Amino acid sequence: MDTNNQNAVKGVGDWFRWHLSKFVVAPSFLMILFFVYGFILWTGYMSFTKSKMLPIYNFEGILQYVKLWKQPTWLASFENLFVFGSLFIAVAIAFGCILAIFLDQKIRGEGALRTIYLYPMAISFIVTGTAWKWILNPGSGIEKLVQSFGFENFEFDWLVDPDYAVYTLVIAAVWQASGFVMALFLAALRGVDGEIIKAAQLDGASISRIYMVIILPTLRPVFLSSFVILTHMAIKSFDLVVALTGGGPGNASWLPANFMFEMTFRRNQIGQGAASAMIMLATVLAIIVPYLYSELREKKHG
Amino acid sequence: MADSIAFTSDRTLWHRIGRIGIYTLLAVFAFYYIMPLIVIVSTSMKDLDEIRTGHLLSLPAQINLDAWTFAWSEACIGVTCTGLKPYFWNSLAMAVPAVLISIMLGAITGYALTKFRFRGANVIFAMILFGCFIPFQVILLPMATSLGYLGVANTIPGLVLVHVVYGLPFTTLFFRNYYVNIPDDLVKAATIDGAGFFTIFWKIMLPLSLPIIVVTIIWQFTQIWNDFLFGASFTSGGNQPVTVALNNLVNTTTGVKRYNVDMAAALMTAAPTLLVYIFAGRYFVRGLTAGAVKG
Repeated sequence: MDTNNQNAVKGVGDWFRWHLSKFVVAPSFLMILFFVYGFILWTGYMSFTKSKMLPIYNFEGILQYVKLWKQPTWLASFENLFVFGSLFIAVAIAFGCILAIFLDQKIRGEGALRTIYLYPMAISFIVTGTAWKWILNPGSGIEKLVQSFGFENFEFDWLVDPDYAVYTLVIAAVWQASGFVMALFLAALRGVDGEIIKAAQLDGASISRIYMVIILPTLRPVFLSSFVILTHMAIKSFDLVVALTGGGPGNASWLPANFMFEMTFRRNQIGQGAASAMIMLATVLAIIVPYLYSELREKKHG
Repeated sequence: MADSIAFTSDRTLWHRIGRIGIYTLLAVFAFYYIMPLIVIVSTSMKDLDEIRTGHLLSLPAQINLDAWTFAWSEACIGVTCTGLKPYFWNSLAMAVPAVLISIMLGAITGYALTKFRFRGANVIFAMILFGCFIPFQVILLPMATSLGYLGVANTIPGLVLVHVVYGLPFTTLFFRNYYVNIPDDLVKAATIDGAGFFTIFWKIMLPLSLPIIVVTIIWQFTQIWNDFLFGASFTSGGNQPVTVALNNLVNTTTGVKRYNVDMAAALMTAAPTLLVYIFAGRYFVRGLTAGAVKG
């Protein structure tokens, strides 16, 4: 098509028509250039200034980063991300994988079950947080429920315990996301070649062996993409913390996104907010870039 | 595949135990997922006495929708007691234009990038796609400043702009990937017949795009309706979207704490996207997998 058009170039009208495609892409591209790349540079620059309540544009070097890594609240937020992220990812993948394998056993009512497992993904994290806050609240939720069954000494107060609040985030986040992981795994299971499995069965391999040796390895790409998606979700987690624990007790359950928001909009520490945002971006890129790279390479070779 | 490995070949005792085990586990999980929804709905229908004396799973004695009307039109959000209603409309006024604009832009961009490919089109697509991956914290501060410059700080149009910009990488991705699989010959034939760029888009591509339009509408609507970060960062007071208002309602501490109202408000906030999921679940899942596998 390119060459056809090129031969046809005559006058301004044709020049315009030939370049029309570029003109159409231009607004979107310029918007992204400005609002994504420009803004990242802007935030990046801000992280090298002493901005507090208002942006200041004098370059001051890595000062903010040095300060950031000395701040106990930032270190705690980052540690929380590590604890929350690894548990959330591991449990969501385990749940998703198990549910998908079990749902794939000719289950009666599979459609209804799938709907039930997946609907949390349609809901806002704020709603999820509000609901689980009620369920995990010692005065109204599970603790009260079990006590009313007669176990009066039962205690379940993670939500208000600084050492355990971060685990309540895991409970709610897994609830929200694991059905989605299930959907990814189920789609991949349905795509596994039945012939290989039949052959293995004829050879007398047991079901568990077929799963361990044949099926799970073919699901490797799903493990990988679930891992990347869930990591991405974990790093971006913000709303859930706000609604479920409020970052508390105190700031025991802050994640980096909450730190960034507080510093930028509440505590007049714009420089710290910008520096923490850049660290978040770097963390995401450290995971996404190798993944995309391997994906693209596989496509070229495959 | 289920056919070939389902445990149907031998009807032994172990097989039956296995089946019972599978169904039990699936049911336990179903309870984990459905329980919060039941709790929300049943708590929203109880009165405060019932909440105090009952427990999590006790059902309301009668269907009582007082908390719903209260949450909708009377509950206090911060210092104003208007209920969730105005914020619900804010969200709608934000989501509808943002969804439509981002989809139109994404569709035409995806079309231009695949059917009238110019040199560097792939690089441009990759650069747009990058927007799917960034944590939004990295653009919050410049965006807050820019919305001020543009004179749309703390307004619904400002939020529409934000959602259009950061939805665009996803809508472009969806349409681009869809159009890549539509044969180029179709466009070539139309070009030979004398059809122009926009004619081909309107007459040929759009009529073929219905499935991807539905997927993209659902994806964008869910994302925008459920957004909290942008709403909390760029709006305050009466201009907040419903998710922010819900959070403020729950955390408003003046007067008696009405848990039934909190739950009714949560239900209302969740209702639009839940309905979309119930009525168009298939497309919803497709959007999730398409958008999230890449993003």
